[in-house]
Amino acid sequence: MTTLQEVAPRERAGVRREALYFAVRNGKLMTGLGIVLALLLLGMIGPLLVDAAPNQYGPQPMSPPSGEYWLGTTTFGQDIFAQFVHGLRSTFAVGVIGGGIAAVIGMVVGFVAGYLGGIVDEVLNMLTNIILVIPTLAVLLIINAYLGIRSVAVQGLFIGLTQWPWAARAIRAQTFSLRTREFVDLARMSGSGTGRIIAREVAPNMSSYLFMTFILLFGGSVLIASSLDFIGLGPTEGVSLGLMLQNSTQWSALQLGMWWWFVPPGAAITAIVGALYVANVGLDEVFNPKLRET
Amino acid sequence: MRRYFGRKLLIYGLTFFVAVTVNWMIPRFMPGDPVASMVARANVARPEAVEAMRAYYNNLFGFDQSLWQQYVNFWGALFQGDFGLSIWLFPTPVSDVILGAVPYTLALIIPSVLLSWVVGNQFGAYAARRKLLDNTVLPVGYVLTAMPYMWLALLLAWSLGVIGGVFPVAGGYSFSMRPHWSWTFVLDLLHHWTLPFLSLFLVALGGWAIGMRNMIIYELESDYSNYLSALGAPSRLIRRYAFRNAVLPQITGLALQLGVLVAGALVTEIVFAYPGLGSLILNAIKNKDFFLLQGSFLFIVLGVLIANFIIDIVYVVVDPRTRAGMAGAQA
Repeated sequence: MTTLQEVAPRERAGVRREALYFAVRNGKLMTGLGIVLALLLLGMIGPLLVDAAPNQYGPQPMSPPSGEYWLGTTTFGQDIFAQFVHGLRSTFAVGVIGGGIAAVIGMVVGFVAGYLGGIVDEVLNMLTNIILVIPTLAVLLIINAYLGIRSVAVQGLFIGLTQWPWAARAIRAQTFSLRTREFVDLARMSGSGTGRIIAREVAPNMSSYLFMTFILLFGGSVLIASSLDFIGLGPTEGVSLGLMLQNSTQWSALQLGMWWWFVPPGAAITAIVGALYVANVGLDEVFNPKLRET
Repeated sequence: MRRYFGRKLLIYGLTFFVAVTVNWMIPRFMPGDPVASMVARANVARPEAVEAMRAYYNNLFGFDQSLWQQYVNFWGALFQGDFGLSIWLFPTPVSDVILGAVPYTLALIIPSVLLSWVVGNQFGAYAARRKLLDNTVLPVGYVLTAMPYMWLALLLAWSLGVIGGVFPVAGGYSFSMRPHWSWTFVLDLLHHWTLPFLSLFLVALGGWAIGMRNMIIYELESDYSNYLSALGAPSRLIRRYAFRNAVLPQITGLALQLGVLVAGALVTEIVFAYPGLGSLILNAIKNKDFFLLQGSFLFIVLGVLIANFIIDIVYVVVDPRTRAGMAGAQA
């Protein structure tokens, strides 16, 4: 799990080149990254290619996938492919916003608690533990139910605000093990402030770990958002993959045998999250020589 | 050990306090005027429900009182088990509605969580360091944990329910039956229970298997394993020691995953229209039944806290270091 590099200070470019060398040769990382990038590209370009608005009613309801409608249509004749590519966009957006906010909060809390220690650590640790125990989805249910108008951005914001505790805990533990190292002592003796030491000495030494934390938070945000959408608290306007799943169950696609309605959105979520997890394992191997396959 | 439990209980107490406070705050400090919009939205429903709702709101929100007084009153009502009346099933008290649904959710969640944990750990421990098995368990595990719970539920319902016709896809029991104690009814319950159980079980299984596999590999690389194998101990023995050490983080992991598991159970219930908390929450949202929603929230938090505490007790039983007061479990 831990990926602290204890390398002697080499010039930065060398370290980067070495990481890149192992990265392009790592099958897991390349496969995972490939899948995520392909879906991201589809989400970016797709909406430009489809001229139908995602929720626009069409003339041919309930038709299975065909040349005209690549993924078929819904009960109302909406083009599922159009919904799918737009939904991909909001899924990535929720992941970036939710994962990003959670990562930032987790880093701030983790660094400060781990580096300062003492009473600050006690208080922050207590706060982290409390929020960690509260089931995330239950809080989000209440918050979103009271929000009249819901958007992807606000959804991401609240997911980020509730999802950071485990990241904070992990980063705190890492910071704890770094703060007594010689180079940190040296920086402290040379008069650097706390913020500077964290930013210049501590964080860079665990940058790979931070990046992997962000990836996991991204995947978690996507999954939570899809559950929220599915319960009926998704964005009030627009589409998302979770909303597609919700609509398909609400209009009994299951009983009508319209598999093309609910298979693609779930498959895309699974692909994105699964590919991220696999890429994460690959990254771990790239950064941590011990884990590389011999 | 007393210190360990004291600390845990303090955290859980504070958590409950925070949860109740959040529950109290959200309707009051959200942008917009939830009371007005709630009453306005409910206007379509029965008039007597609206009247009760407005009266209850006036009483509960008590705008003539200070915020502090409102907060104290909220706690008072809570300790009397008063969660208000459900709007959707007017005039049933919220606590009755929730207590009717909780058994179904528990019957689904407890077996699936425990079984997936046990089986997943066994799979993971067995697959670690065995090339062929590892290459199948790992990818399958990643796909399973990456799946949204409701999607696997939909796939199972579609393949085994709609196409295969082996299992029913909706309800907790047949619509033609009434709940009573008889073998036919119990079998019917089990029949309806199988698919939701299976989808919860499968999604959770992947995560445990992967976690255990990684932990076992880590343990097999540690000094005591190397020492044992240098002494010539059979690999079965070494693996058994590794498993015992690797199980501890998995127990902690179970506590951390509880929230996710509950969330999974909620959406799975919605797919199968299973009469548990998930379907209740869905109906509460559809019918703008905020009391029911907030009551469900508190019940879920309470359930998760109790489960956490049980896991803490198990941890003390399993890990002797916590009993000796040594470093072992972090609060």
